[in-house]
Amino acid sequence: MIQNPIKEPLVRIVKRDALSSGKAWGIRIASLLLALVLCAVIIFSITKLNPLSVYSTMFRGAFGTARRSWQTIRDAMTLLCISLGLAPAFMMRFWNIGAEGQILVGGIATAGCMIYLGDKLPTPLLFVVMLVACLAAGALWGFIPAFFKAKFGTNETLFTLMMNYIAIQLTSYFVAIWEKPFGSNTVGIINDRTNAGWFQPLFGLQYGWNVAIVLVLTFAMYFYLKHSKQGYEIQVVGESENTARYAGINVSRVIIRTMILSGAVCGLSGFIVVAGAGHTISTSTSGGRGFTAIIVAWLSKFNPFVMVICSFLLTFLDKGAAEIASKFNLNDYVSDILEGIILFFVLGSEFFINYRLIFRQKPSADVNADDPKKEVEAA
Amino acid sequence: MIGVTKTFGSVIATNNVSFDIRYGEVLSLLGENGSGKTTLMNMLSGIYFPDAGEIQVGGTPVSIRSPKDAYDLKIGMIHQHFKLVDVFTAAENIVLGLQEHGKYDKKEVARRVREICAKYGFDIDPEQKVYTMTVSQKQTLEIVKVLYRGADILILDEPTAVLTLQEIDRLFAVIRNMRADGKAIVIITHKLNEVLAVSDRVTILRHGEYIGTVETKDATEASLTEMMVGKKVELDIARDLIEEKELRLAVRDLTVVNGDGITVLDNISFDAYSGEILGVAGISGCGQKELLEAIAGLQKTAANASVLFTDPQSGESKQLIGTNPKKIRQLGVHLSFVPEDRLGMGLVGSMGMTENMMLKNYSDGKSLFLDRKQPRALAEQILHDLEVVTPGINTPVRRLSGGNVQKVLVGREIAAAPTVLMTAYAVRGLDINTSYTIYNLLNEQKKNGVSVIYVGEDLDVLLQLCDRIMVLCGGKITGIVDGRTATKEEVGALMVNNH
Repeated sequence: MIQNPIKEPLVRIVKRDALSSGKAWGIRIASLLLALVLCAVIIFSITKLNPLSVYSTMFRGAFGTARRSWQTIRDAMTLLCISLGLAPAFMMRFWNIGAEGQILVGGIATAGCMIYLGDKLPTPLLFVVMLVACLAAGALWGFIPAFFKAKFGTNETLFTLMMNYIAIQLTSYFVAIWEKPFGSNTVGIINDRTNAGWFQPLFGLQYGWNVAIVLVLTFAMYFYLKHSKQGYEIQVVGESENTARYAGINVSRVIIRTMILSGAVCGLSGFIVVAGAGHTISTSTSGGRGFTAIIVAWLSKFNPFVMVICSFLLTFLDKGAAEIASKFNLNDYVSDILEGIILFFVLGSEFFINYRLIFRQKPSADVNADDPKKEVEAA
Repeated sequence: MIGVTKTFGSVIATNNVSFDIRYGEVLSLLGENGSGKTTLMNMLSGIYFPDAGEIQVGGTPVSIRSPKDAYDLKIGMIHQHFKLVDVFTAAENIVLGLQEHGKYDKKEVARRVREICAKYGFDIDPEQKVYTMTVSQKQTLEIVKVLYRGADILILDEPTAVLTLQEIDRLFAVIRNMRADGKAIVIITHKLNEVLAVSDRVTILRHGEYIGTVETKDATEASLTEMMVGKKVELDIARDLIEEKELRLAVRDLTVVNGDGITVLDNISFDAYSGEILGVAGISGCGQKELLEAIAGLQKTAANASVLFTDPQSGESKQLIGTNPKKIRQLGVHLSFVPEDRLGMGLVGSMGMTENMMLKNYSDGKSLFLDRKQPRALAEQILHDLEVVTPGINTPVRRLSGGNVQKVLVGREIAAAPTVLMTAYAVRGLDINTSYTIYNLLNEQKKNGVSVIYVGEDLDVLLQLCDRIMVLCGGKITGIVDGRTATKEEVGALMVNNH
């Protein structure tokens, strides 16, 4: 009557105990190494290049010269700044994928101040105005979707995404207005002669201000999220709106307030990119970093200090990949593949931290009938 | 099942459990929450795969890797949470997932469904859409679905949890019919009276261990409890009569219309006094949740509603309608509320005990930053006083067992020195010991002059614990009876008054 040969499933997924953080980091590092091995295999099979020389080229691409190191630091700081902006929003489970737009409007505001006020205001005042303008622009871009979410329950994912397109069109519009030289369809380097509104070296370091601003922000964000009452409210709202209401938290107000903050910090990164790095504005000023920062924020589980590491890892990969693409005459996509593999492994390691796999054992090993057998019987 | 073991991480859900199920018999699987009953049956129905041990059907060792394997072996499980597609008809749900070849023949399916219904005494219309069904009908459909697939071994997980007294009687009649037809039936439960009423044998589990199997005719409630808990438990709840009572809450004309335009509370008026436990009985979903939330300032109410709170010190009356939890606190009203959804409303699952202690008063004081000192002291005190089992006060409360989660929540609410304490299903899912801890805490509050409102589902407990019992049915009060004199039948009848 019964046709059912005994067969254990080949692989089973079993939940793990909470791992010690040391072991968890071990798994993360092991997966990173594994990713490098797999990349090496792929590099060799496709290009016949020595993987080690490719890796050392990657490293040189990011840290080969002092100039390159500084650029890596600068870009990592920008990415970190955006991630810091996204952290409160995502902690509240508000899917702010509109950082791109928030960066752009912050950048537009900064560029506008530099162009119109660069020669008219004394430097300290100019920076204050630029700072206020970029924060306000980013805050506005964060406020709009938050307002509609809080009052009408709109979907913030779609809303913030659409706000990106508005910001891109707005940028194109201003690029057309500020075009220089005429017909180039770019803004060019703003204030290239006077350097008005440019970040000056701090303690002799070219990107000193970038580093200083973002690191101060890192500490501030850590204390805000971890130790302030508002940070506590963000966590409660993110966990459950019902719990928040039960605790007497005004959920709408927290959503709006947090998104104003999130947008403002992203707007600030627009300021850093325009005034502290590119000194120009274009639709590619944000350059997809608003999305990369989402990965950074989640990878670090919203801990600002872990974000520092993650920002550096991603920026390093980006720089290194670009370098091997040009150095070995490889197609750009090869570097994208490597980047993808490494990210996949880093993210995938979280699965192995939470679960383990059990493979089917040899038939002889799996019968352990050590207790008195009780027959399951059918009458 | 022989020597079956299943672990989740370091948690051993069932350890080396062996027992047998016989055709033509009703077996109760008895154990407290978390004793591994459902896990065990999930392994029989193909949802989990055992880590060790063997399952034999009809004397042949088998391996059940998926629910389909289970169906092939004629094993069917009716889960506690129904697995039905709402927009489909009964017949469509029955054939869903069946891998039969050929066309879907509506008439043939309907004919076979009717045949099964006639045979066992079910009442079901194959053409009825699931979303128009009552809970009891949905459950019937689940059973028919399993029988349609030819199951000879039926497993019912907590089948009576959602049913009224009358529906339970009907279910038991059907179960007896199936037994007479030679089916093997397993009922997972922790309700002793049902075990005694319907089953032939009882298998008892405790903390994942097999304790024993007894013939129902040789068992009593006390003997089963002892096996289930591992020690003798006093099943009586103390109930003192407090003579001096003061009016604490006066609820008048409370009407709540929900988002779908349905009147969930219809013109409710009652009083709650200090020094008494007012029970609220009713089938779930009769407005209990809305009633408590309206008092707590979490529900929009119709215009003329009124909830007047009388301050024990000043004697002032304070209107609670139109406020929110924060305003109620600012009014100086110490209103504690243990909501039904513990982790979704009463606590923050991802936070530890300390952070959960300050959920309601974190904003006190002018500082921008949190003061964790007092909450930590409170967390430690509750940990100690209520014997909360947790790896540490900073472990996310989500990781604690249901009973410990409830201890944290009740502990916090009582620590707030309430004058009114509202609890919704305070002992749902808790083991007997924890339940009695909670009853004792509530009684203590009552003695301290707190007005306790206890929304419950177990009539036996309501009748033992409460001074008065208010019965809700379909959003209306169908009666307020004296807890000392009322009978179970009386309250049961009031619960279905309007149907």
